[in-house]
Amino acid sequence: MTANHFHFPGIKKAPSRFRNALGKYRVTITKACTNCGLCVDLCPYGVYRAGAKRPKASCDHLCLGPSCSKNDFYCTERCPEKAIRILPNPSFEVLGDRRWPAELLAGTWHMAETGTVPHQDLNYKTGNSGGGFDKIRFILPKKNGNGSPGANENIATAIELNRSGDIRPRVTIPVPLYLGGMSFGSVSIVTMLSRVRAAAALGTFCCTGEGGYPEELMDYDDHIITQVATGLFGVREETIRRVRIVEFKYAQGAKPGLGGHLLGDKVTPRVAQMREAVAGSALFSPFPFHSVYSVEDHKKHVDWIKEINKKALVSVKVSTPTDVDMVAVGSYYAGAHIVQLDGSYGGTGAAPDIAKKNIAMPIEYALPKVHRFLLAEGIRDRITIIASGGIRSAYDMAKIIAMGADGVCLGTADLVALECIRCHHCESGRGCARGIATTDGELTNLMELEWGTQRIINMYSAWRAQLVHILGRLGMRSVTELVGRFDVLAHLDYIKQEEVEGELD
Amino acid sequence: MPPKYHIETSQAPNRFPKITRSGIIAWEEGCLKCARCVKKDCIYQVYEKRDLDDRQMLDSLDSACMDCFRCVQNCPNRLIHKGLNPAYRALGDHYWTPEIISELWFQAESGRIPVSGAGYGGPFSGPGFDAMWTDMSEIVRPTRDGIHGREYISTTVDIGRKAMALEFGPGGEIVSRTPPVVEIPLPVIFDMLPWAPPGDNIPLSFLYGARALGTFAIVRQSAINPIIREFLPYAIIYVDGDPGSLHAQMLRSLKIIEVPDGEDPIALQKRFKSMHPELVVMIRLRLSPGARERSLYLIEQGAEVLHLVADEYGLEGGSDPLFIKERMKDVHLHLVDRGVRDQVTLIGGGGIAMAEHMAKLIICGADALSIDIPLLVSMECRVCRRCKEGISCPVGLDDVDPLWGSLRIRNLMAAWHSQLLEILGAMGIREARRLRGEMGRAMFFEDLEKEIFATMGKRG
Repeated sequence: MTANHFHFPGIKKAPSRFRNALGKYRVTITKACTNCGLCVDLCPYGVYRAGAKRPKASCDHLCLGPSCSKNDFYCTERCPEKAIRILPNPSFEVLGDRRWPAELLAGTWHMAETGTVPHQDLNYKTGNSGGGFDKIRFILPKKNGNGSPGANENIATAIELNRSGDIRPRVTIPVPLYLGGMSFGSVSIVTMLSRVRAAAALGTFCCTGEGGYPEELMDYDDHIITQVATGLFGVREETIRRVRIVEFKYAQGAKPGLGGHLLGDKVTPRVAQMREAVAGSALFSPFPFHSVYSVEDHKKHVDWIKEINKKALVSVKVSTPTDVDMVAVGSYYAGAHIVQLDGSYGGTGAAPDIAKKNIAMPIEYALPKVHRFLLAEGIRDRITIIASGGIRSAYDMAKIIAMGADGVCLGTADLVALECIRCHHCESGRGCARGIATTDGELTNLMELEWGTQRIINMYSAWRAQLVHILGRLGMRSVTELVGRFDVLAHLDYIKQEEVEGELD
Repeated sequence: MPPKYHIETSQAPNRFPKITRSGIIAWEEGCLKCARCVKKDCIYQVYEKRDLDDRQMLDSLDSACMDCFRCVQNCPNRLIHKGLNPAYRALGDHYWTPEIISELWFQAESGRIPVSGAGYGGPFSGPGFDAMWTDMSEIVRPTRDGIHGREYISTTVDIGRKAMALEFGPGGEIVSRTPPVVEIPLPVIFDMLPWAPPGDNIPLSFLYGARALGTFAIVRQSAINPIIREFLPYAIIYVDGDPGSLHAQMLRSLKIIEVPDGEDPIALQKRFKSMHPELVVMIRLRLSPGARERSLYLIEQGAEVLHLVADEYGLEGGSDPLFIKERMKDVHLHLVDRGVRDQVTLIGGGGIAMAEHMAKLIICGADALSIDIPLLVSMECRVCRRCKEGISCPVGLDDVDPLWGSLRIRNLMAAWHSQLLEILGAMGIREARRLRGEMGRAMFFEDLEKEIFATMGKRG
């Protein structure tokens, strides 16, 4: 399969599974309404649905808000009874946090619902963290007006994962992204399968995380990365042989240098069986690998995987310490095909707040350090660098590629597509109230597999379109041309709009 | 190896309902009484357990809600909303933020370290302590499991002057005099408060807490009364009155005394040590641009311990003040440069608000820290500073029960201790003593920004 001929899956509408989707605005219709139905006919975004007494603004998350007033279909103005009010949704300001503000959440939900970027005034490109990605912009040349329709069609978004030159197979993915490890136990089987199926449909991969290889995944073996982590939960020679990529997880960005911890409540009989543990008792995944104290030890492990599965590529997932560049070189010398750098602001099912905030550095610093170091060592083109830990949007993805990554690995964005609200309570009691990160039977049933799969496909389809758009504006024909192009980026603290030719996006 | 340091914790319930970030706004009018929110949607049974606190008229809905938004999104008439709580925003100030205050409350109540799901949700970086990250090591250091405790990580530090070499007599006996050193199992002492409601209950809570933890609380000489006098072994007296009135018998019940930096603190040090040679004397020094030279001078004169204090926002004195972390680096590196750093103990204080600040200030050169406001916050202080104006405390801290107060302090320190272990464990460091000055094991915002971001937008 060459990526150029890859047939991308279709987009299908997948609206919120809750009665009231959350949007920036709240549309209400007062008693003055005579149910003339004009608003239902006017609104091109389908905010209204006809009702018996009066129309229902049941999809007001699709409303443009007051900025619609310039349009001739502005319902508030056109309503003969002036019965329509558009006001900010009071709940919206409570949503989200600095990294995932309400607008980024709602923008991502929109992509997952429709497969297209939001038409509402939602910032779906950056968060509000005040640094890193949120202060970095692309310098796009001014539009010269000759962008002929269809010109972007031949822009390639595929990347090659095996750049080592060894005899193992080449593995090309048609989008520069794959989905990161979330174990069965930390998320529900429906969540896990939705991600795996979406990855298969997109021609890419999804990692199992450290929690075993549920048999439901076996139909998708070719799109699975199985993880070998410090607890060795659910790791068997048999599962290592099934897959095309095996991932060694040394550390996780959200809790670098710390072990994993699955609370007893989440260890159901099924989870326990998968992990060869006892139901109800908490599981610790220690830190670090107790059998790895040197690069030589590390190489021994990589060799061991390669011996068990002669065709697999080996990926090494590490965190971002001060000497992250040396760690990456070590992985290269050990024979890894892929090094995945997991930045400190990445996701987790549960971690101490002190670790998430303070230990190890954000991916925006670590990735360029590694890229430059490997370039200087003359080995950059022999290994694939995957960035993860805090990649929230198509723009973050494109930016980190321009900062030196070949591609990205994602997790939280998938969960947001499944309507994660970032309440930060994945770890408590029965788990996620929204049925995503839970093993509780009743909560798991809150989500349907087809819906979950489609939401993720829709979101990444929208991401790919945005990436193609950025590449097109930069005059590039392939995402591989973007790698390490610091010159197309600007950091707002160091460069002002006046100093650049082009627009900052 | 010393016995493993362990802090006993037990649940110490809040006296007042929590002030939470957001609340539920439910419009009763138009409610269909379908009870969907109660029966189906709330997995935390927030609606079933609904209660009204009659002292403050606070609805338990607000403090129990876990922000899952299911009721908001499923109410058939869309009557349930969430809104930000203005009382939460009003807590503290720009430095002592509502987030810091509420996390301190949580730790003081439970003794547990704050753990949450999903990735970090805060700003990319910030001023002061938020402009640095600590290191971790992937593989190459000895096994450690942080708080899960496979290998013991010591947080003990020494307070006192250290002999750089021992001299031996002809018979192999030690002839050099080793100065007295006080070991504390946690690199923290309790400082005097910049403001507090009056009375003995707060200082007593501190002293009970210090006793339980094996550390010390600084008490003003002028505040000593018969009740406080009972606890002198856990106190460090700050000499704010006539040194002459501190008689030898009283000094002998102390291990450490603190004198203000003034005209001749060394003379005062000598005076106390002549009365009680085993006494460790700390000199309290306001941080300022001159702190490095002053510190060096005092050490050369024989100072044992320097207590370098910033204000409650971590700022030194002067018109363009540096933050404590910057000045601590400056002082530490200056003393290293002059080859005297190891002789003396540096304690930093002022603006220490979170567990991570402990680790970070130690990395920047402190041996230990002094903390103040967090101890008050552990007893539900809201950092409103009304007591400064003489207005009564909204949470009645003047008549807080010292037993409860000390339990809250113990819980908070247990949580901080565990978090320090996490940081040390991730770095592969097994002793808090060895963390001191390890700036190479930290990453600083200024350096990284310059290295990475300042090059953007330029070719080549």
